[in-house]
Amino acid sequence: MSNGMLEETQVVPLAEIEEVDLYHAHHWITKYVFSQDAKIIAIQYSATAILIGLVGLVLSWLMRLQLGFPEVFDFIDAESYYQYVTMHGMIMVIYLLTALFLGGFGNYLIPLMVGARDMVFPYMNMLSYWVYLIAVLVLTASFFVPGGASGAGWTLYPPQAISEGTPGIDGGIILMLVSLVLFIIGFTMGGLNYVVTVLQARARGMTLMRMPLTVWGIFVATILALLAFPALFVAGVMMLLDRVLGTSFFMPEMIVQGEMTSHENGSPLLFQHLFWFFGHPEVYIVALPAFGVVSDIISTHARKNIFGYRMMVWAIVAIGGLSFIVWAHHMYVSGMNPYFGFFFATTTLIIAVPTALKMYNWVLTLWKGNIHLTIPMLFCVAFILTFLNGGITGLFLGNVIVDIPLSDTMFVVAHFHMVMGIAPVLVIFAAIYHWFPKMSGRMLHEGWGQFHFWITFLGSYLIYFPMHYLGFIGVPRRYFEIGETSFIPPSAATLNEFITVVVLIVGFAQVVFIANIIISIFKGKPAGDNPWNATSLEWQTATTPPGHGNFGDELPVVYRWAYAYSVPGVEADFVPQNMPPDEVKRTDTATGAVADDPPELHQ
Amino acid sequence: MAPQDSSTTVAAPTDLAPGFAGIAEDWSSDQRTFKNVPWGKAMMWIFLLSDTFIFSSFLVGYMKVRLSTTTPWPKASEVFALSFGGEPIPLILIAIMTFILITSSGTMVLAVNYGYRKDKNKTALLLIITALLGASFVGMQAFEWTKLIVEEGVRPWGNPMGASQFGSVFFMITGFHGFHVSVGVLFLILVARKVWRGDYDTEKRGFFTSRKGNYEIVETMGLYWHFVDLVWVFIFAFFYLW
Ligand code: HEM
Ligand SMILES: [Cu+2]
Repeated sequence: MSNGMLEETQVVPLAEIEEVDLYHAHHWITKYVFSQDAKIIAIQYSATAILIGLVGLVLSWLMRLQLGFPEVFDFIDAESYYQYVTMHGMIMVIYLLTALFLGGFGNYLIPLMVGARDMVFPYMNMLSYWVYLIAVLVLTASFFVPGGASGAGWTLYPPQAISEGTPGIDGGIILMLVSLVLFIIGFTMGGLNYVVTVLQARARGMTLMRMPLTVWGIFVATILALLAFPALFVAGVMMLLDRVLGTSFFMPEMIVQGEMTSHENGSPLLFQHLFWFFGHPEVYIVALPAFGVVSDIISTHARKNIFGYRMMVWAIVAIGGLSFIVWAHHMYVSGMNPYFGFFFATTTLIIAVPTALKMYNWVLTLWKGNIHLTIPMLFCVAFILTFLNGGITGLFLGNVIVDIPLSDTMFVVAHFHMVMGIAPVLVIFAAIYHWFPKMSGRMLHEGWGQFHFWITFLGSYLIYFPMHYLGFIGVPRRYFEIGETSFIPPSAATLNEFITVVVLIVGFAQVVFIANIIISIFKGKPAGDNPWNATSLEWQTATTPPGHGNFGDELPVVYRWAYAYSVPGVEADFVPQNMPPDEVKRTDTATGAVADDPPELHQ
Repeated sequence: MAPQDSSTTVAAPTDLAPGFAGIAEDWSSDQRTFKNVPWGKAMMWIFLLSDTFIFSSFLVGYMKVRLSTTTPWPKASEVFALSFGGEPIPLILIAIMTFILITSSGTMVLAVNYGYRKDKNKTALLLIITALLGASFVGMQAFEWTKLIVEEGVRPWGNPMGASQFGSVFFMITGFHGFHVSVGVLFLILVARKVWRGDYDTEKRGFFTSRKGNYEIVETMGLYWHFVDLVWVFIFAFFYLW
């Protein structure tokens, strides 16, 4: 940063944005139900996402029961197994993780962290949640229609997804597609708000390069979503037309159950391209907010500035950009010109560079830090380990020749659960333990948190680590029952039993977490305004939880970046972003002059 | 230490570092990335970017199905011809529709211009003319659809002239575009009504946004309208000229 900038930061620019007055609710319905306050919307989004996520969790138990103890449970037949797989995958990826990270954390944290009163268009923001809720209800309804939910796998590949013989072909798949289209419409209304709020409604002094990385992660992820969901939208509309009107976008001429279908000459590959053009960025839609949250939490709890802030920002942007040109690594087995395979393998491996850079920077942030092993910190360290593991298996799967034998085995299931199943969920836990005190004014219980953490972290490793091995010896994915084969040893069945037992233990341990939340809302230790001694703006609000309009009478003015921890020469080990430089207490009062400010104060 | 309300403002652009670093510095500047761009307009630009991806995906899908079908594709110049006095004139209806839509972009530009001069009568009038041109476009599209369905027997799932995807993509994409035009017409009428009533002179709050209204909304409306126009040019080229 040039010296000119350094001096410039000592004066605060004039306000460019007029104070906006907000819609004031007069009735409890407009205050708590049809609320336009981003914080309430955030809680609504989060609660809905977590509830539907629990449905996804229960579905995973049912699948594991079948895989661990085949032929024991009569109520699980092949059809319902496929329905569980499909609904589990779709619910977890879209309706839990995407909604929770962007609709939940995005709504809560963006306005608070950038110093805005609310999102730029609160009414639209409110609509976003209600459309999301309808999408969730439509999806849930598909369990109850005749024929049940779709069993096409969460990738919904045609022609199988809409052909006779696949479960849920009558109503399930239609409701699934309608629900996805609704989700995208609802998300777009929220997503536009998040992006414009970050770009155009920041507090005085809050440049983009002073924003906490959480906001950067959510911001770039939202842009990815706004550009990637269109492909899913189009694929969904086309498949709906194929199913309902009998068009042939994706459906080739074929014989199903002995009869010619009325479709002709469609292109199933087109669907795969559209789906994965959305699907790969989707991985980063979930991962980038997690990256951001982890950066902020480890910096706060290690009392040290994030290592290489600018590098971290550019890495987020670079990963976001690259994620649009790697999609066909999901299609190596679909048949592809070798040159394309080469291209997509190369871009896939290139993405590892900015990602590895982030890993190093996290480790270097922790290096020699004053590490407090709080629950959020534990979950973040667990994330780093899990994501590293998933990232490394990703390098295997990114190579065409290695992927071809591993594709459609349990190895893939282990990989994507490590990287986008477990890792982001660990960050969600970290974030809830970290920000719950701001949202409720009370701390979550520490001891129960420890219990929850160790069971969840060790349990996830016990579940997914052996799956890599199962994949290597050839246990296929999406199989209702393996039966007797010549190449899978009987010990695989024992391993499967073990995994199922761990799944149930880990699953039930989540009850502790939910109970911790519910009890702490009422009985938790009062948290005060800033229990973690954090620097970013959401911890500096006048009241906790923050009131309508977030910051009381006056909007904060920002003087520095969000990572002023353990600044040399300063008494406290943190300097809030909005503390004017002349109020910062220095250890040596003689040198309180501005010229001696350590550079960390001016980033 | 400079006081909070120092009159020093943001660094002038000349202070920016040269090259890429300067661009980054400029974009990340205080409070707003795009100076003097109202929220609604910024949001419209980003929405249109997202919508561009939708239309692009539709058009790529169209190209792919057209390339992969083995049945011959119907000839656009014949399917879309209208007969006047027994002589079929290829693409005549489409030419008129395109002309109308482009003209409506012109009246929209004038509306924005008069909006910034706060000439509310002229602005409202031009908005209404734009809406009428848009509505006539949709009307002609309805006529075109009716003709295809009733006279030529084209259906989404098949047609007598060739590849069944011809009807599928045609109805899907022109339908999606026609939907955009119809929504645009609706909002043009709403904005025209607000201009007429003087809502933007008194900064009356919008129902949908609950933010103060002003003439910049006319420009935001214009962005949408020109976008819908621009998309039509691509649809026109891909469907009628390929
Ligand atoms: C609670 C712990 C979880 C367990 C025990 C679990 C278990 C499973 C199992 C057994 C399968 C089926 C594998 C097969 O194809 O045979 C599966 C599939 C899948 N899971 Fe999970 N899962 C969990 C959490 C998650 C999360 C958090 C995500 C979010 C990304 C996720 C995403 C998926 C996806 C996308 C599939 C593929 C579905 C398909 O093949 O269509 N899972 N999971
Ligand atoms: Cu991918």
